[in-house]
Amino acid sequence: MSKILEASRAGALSAPAHRPFRLGAFMERESVFSWLMLTPPLLFLLAFLGYPFIYGVYLSFFHKEVARAASFVGFGNFVKLYNDPIFWQAVRNTIIFTGVATIFKASGGLAMALVMNQSFKMKSVTRAALLLPFIVPTVLSTVAWQWILDPGMGLFNRLLVVSGLATTGPSWLGNPTMAMISIIMVNTWRGLPFFGISILAGLQTIPVDLHESATIDGAGTWGRFRYVTLPSLMPVILIVTVFSIVITFFDFQLVYVLTGGGPANSTHLMATYAYSLSMGAGQMGLGSAVALSMVPVLGLLLVALTLFVRKD
Amino acid sequence: MVGELTWQKRLLGLWLPLAGFLVVALFPFTWMAATSLKTNAELYDPKAMPLAIKHPSLVHYIDLLRETNFLVWVANTMLVAAIATAISLLLGAMLAYPLARMRFRGGALLAIAVAVTYLIPQTLLFVPMADLIGRMHLGNTLTAVMLTYPTLLVPFIAWLLMGYFKTVPKELEEQAMIDGASRWRAMTRIILPLCLPGFLSAGIFAFTLSQNEFLYALLFLSKSSVRTIPIGVVGELIRGDAFYWGQLMAGALLGSIPVALIYSFFVKYYVAGLTAGAVKG
Repeated sequence: MSKILEASRAGALSAPAHRPFRLGAFMERESVFSWLMLTPPLLFLLAFLGYPFIYGVYLSFFHKEVARAASFVGFGNFVKLYNDPIFWQAVRNTIIFTGVATIFKASGGLAMALVMNQSFKMKSVTRAALLLPFIVPTVLSTVAWQWILDPGMGLFNRLLVVSGLATTGPSWLGNPTMAMISIIMVNTWRGLPFFGISILAGLQTIPVDLHESATIDGAGTWGRFRYVTLPSLMPVILIVTVFSIVITFFDFQLVYVLTGGGPANSTHLMATYAYSLSMGAGQMGLGSAVALSMVPVLGLLLVALTLFVRKD
Repeated sequence: MVGELTWQKRLLGLWLPLAGFLVVALFPFTWMAATSLKTNAELYDPKAMPLAIKHPSLVHYIDLLRETNFLVWVANTMLVAAIATAISLLLGAMLAYPLARMRFRGGALLAIAVAVTYLIPQTLLFVPMADLIGRMHLGNTLTAVMLTYPTLLVPFIAWLLMGYFKTVPKELEEQAMIDGASRWRAMTRIILPLCLPGFLSAGIFAFTLSQNEFLYALLFLSKSSVRTIPIGVVGELIRGDAFYWGQLMAGALLGSIPVALIYSFFVKYYVAGLTAGAVKG
């Protein structure tokens, strides 16, 4: 009773009389309008991204096989991986694959952009043609590469034999070193246009007078490239490189189709190893632990890149 | 003398490297086409020139269409890509609009969170996702991939659209509201139409990525009648150790053509979208 009196004295009960609640006006508030729009997509992302993510982290602490109850093993899965040579091979492969392919893609993409930045006829058709490897569904072009690299009837070895350069070509996907080289080559082929086109867009934003004043100061072609073009491009190259590292690091389809991680696990990336453990061997907890280990490894790789760029 | 030098410069600086890049980019497609048009007898003749075709034949294409579910896979792929793209554009825009144009508590933090979600890899999610789809009894349904592809697309689309939304001056919206329009009306009638190129490039991205997607399709679609092109081609034309190269290349080429056509129509928007993040952000 006294509470009601107090409230009415404070004006809380009489408030509606002064400022009637109107739904329309309420909805017009920026924050209300924002949250009304944000709620459906956020709920969707929580259900289909947040939940699987948390469940994945949870699973990595359990011994869980397909169709069996999970049992808590703490860091057991990670200890198991620590003692697993194939896991370490996959970590090494992932780092080499990502690092080498990214260096090739970035340098090749820079060259492609410099060539494409000149004026010539049929430029837009050329650009479309050069983008094709990046556009076509990865699995389909990877299957084509598998056929190109076929040791007996594939294009590479047939050309070697027909041209008389060799009597038999290398077994591209058949021995560990060649297989690693092959997956890096195919990834580079596919990802190069992304660098090329992005850097080209960066090139076109460099003001012409920068080059002119450098020429007046006596800079030659190389000097202009070293002191004008490259520094102006650095932000673009860095962003595209980081973006590409992330994508390449998590690549799955390329290796799954080309080698399946073989021969003898020699080309497993962390992604394909996680897949083969969870789906092939049915070890879902262990597979999740491999997947989860990718995050800190990628983090270290990106930190290393940042430090390298700073030093430069 | 000078003219000659420029001509040489142009050859070394432009035409030779350009030809090199084009050959590298295109020879796999040439090889696909050559393979798909040869009869098996010519294809496996060790003495034949690999890129020449003596007796062109459509036999692999006919076999592909008659003996496999290829056309069903094409229809599935288009349907899945269209619906996943529509869902992703809708959810992405609902996420991007307030984050780009409104001021409210937690907005900045949420924008960063959306960017970070984009970095959560599919490989980290597929085990629990398979479990989730299994418990929802959606295995071997196209609904499974229509629901899961947007998780890969929404954060990226939201990020892309935020860039486009930010380019429209805030005064436009304020003016419309002073003239009596509601927020909803200002958004749908003034801002969204101006951002159409953004929606177009985001849509092309989402569509091509959906056609490209492999891991979730591999996990959820094991029945031939619900497969998409990549899964169908890899899953059914490679049987154990037997590779049906002629049909495989025919399928790979036919599967690539729709994507190649779509993007060559919209290559301007595609490139704009591709470089939007890299150059502006």
